[in-house]
Amino acid sequence: MTADTLNPRLQEIVEDFNAVSGRDRLQLLLEYSQELPALPGRYAEDPGLLEPVPECQSPLFLAVEVDPDATVHLFFQAPAEAPTTRGFASILYAGLDGLDADEVLATPAEFSGQLGLADLVSPLRLRGMAAMLARIKRQVRDKRG
Amino acid sequence: MALPYDSAAKFQEYTHPEMIVSTEWVAAHLDDPGLVVAESDEDVLLYETGHVPGSVKLDWHTELNDPVTRDYVDGAGFARLMSEKGIGRDTTLVLYGDKNNWWAAYALWVCSLFGHPDVRLMDGGRAKWIAEGRPLTTDVPERPQADYPVIERDDKQIRAFQDQVLAHLGQPLVDVRSPGEYTGELLHMPDYPQEGALRGGHIPGAKSIPWARAAAEDATFRTRAELAAIYHDGAGLGPDDDIVVYCRIGERSSHTWFVLHHLLGYPHVRNYDGSWTEWGNSVRVPITRGDSP
Repeated sequence: MTADTLNPRLQEIVEDFNAVSGRDRLQLLLEYSQELPALPGRYAEDPGLLEPVPECQSPLFLAVEVDPDATVHLFFQAPAEAPTTRGFASILYAGLDGLDADEVLATPAEFSGQLGLADLVSPLRLRGMAAMLARIKRQVRDKRG
Repeated sequence: MALPYDSAAKFQEYTHPEMIVSTEWVAAHLDDPGLVVAESDEDVLLYETGHVPGSVKLDWHTELNDPVTRDYVDGAGFARLMSEKGIGRDTTLVLYGDKNNWWAAYALWVCSLFGHPDVRLMDGGRAKWIAEGRPLTTDVPERPQADYPVIERDDKQIRAFQDQVLAHLGQPLVDVRSPGEYTGELLHMPDYPQEGALRGGHIPGAKSIPWARAAAEDATFRTRAELAAIYHDGAGLGPDDDIVVYCRIGERSSHTWFVLHHLLGYPHVRNYDGSWTEWGNSVRVPITRGDSP
């Protein structure tokens, strides 16, 4: 298992999901989907700055900023009719936004598999979350100083 | 005890008006005993954000598919699923969902494999219900467990397998995917995940009729005259044809199957659910690339 290499925030999210079962786990994902922050104006007005994630079942766009001190900021856009995709984005936001670039890059690629959602959501749908993480990491690598 | 049919004039033009109801009809019958409304969506959480009051959720991926084999649930699995949802063999089951009822039509096709006697689609689906300002709730109904009998799945009438499609070559085939998938330029839907087809193109002889052409702007089915213009006048399909429809995994083509079989009333229409994710990965099956059948 790679659980021990998760950062403390992601570790807590994984534990929260695994502490509940079935319907409550989906409910938790729904709550995350509702907490996804709206895009700041500079992205909302210029969607060309966002990277599409076609691996998600529904349209999702993301942007990554890396400060000179290597702090990572994440931005996502997904329609309200795609709560599962929004939920995945929101988990990554809650677990990674504001962390150091090295901490983001250390996130195991198969992290989404630890949430216990495969049977509830289907592995196919979960693939979108792994793709988001891969694209976030690539942008972090490209943008860090 | 089947509920009354929807007598809306538009539906009477279809060959099987008993297969479809309007949002008005659903709103008027929501509390009737003998009716279960079920939502079936692409997004597995959409039901949880709010649904038609009293409706249950039916997920294509986690509930209608067998968890191990690439197949649908068997008779015992279907009976268990229906019973848990409070659906009996004599229940009038009305399905609706997102994206022009794409996934609801898929669920209806699976229910038809088990010959559920009274299953209908709500025309316009989730989008129309919401556009009309009708109520949504996040309350999940507690329906009493029903006692659904174990019915053997009948794969002969409305389902086609790869060997049957190979034997069918030269007879009418309809590819309902996007133009890019049909020509072979794309291996998956635009903006959708790559689901693992090694080759692009279409089954030789298949005509390209993207599924969503059967839906109007408000997600309802087009009128019979409009549908006949697309499938009969445009594509040359008729009631005497033996037709196989397919897409990527058989979901979009369920929508077209519903249109051809129930709305236009063509008696011999089968859905090839193996579709492109099987055909495009199979060794030595013929494939045509480009925009001609």
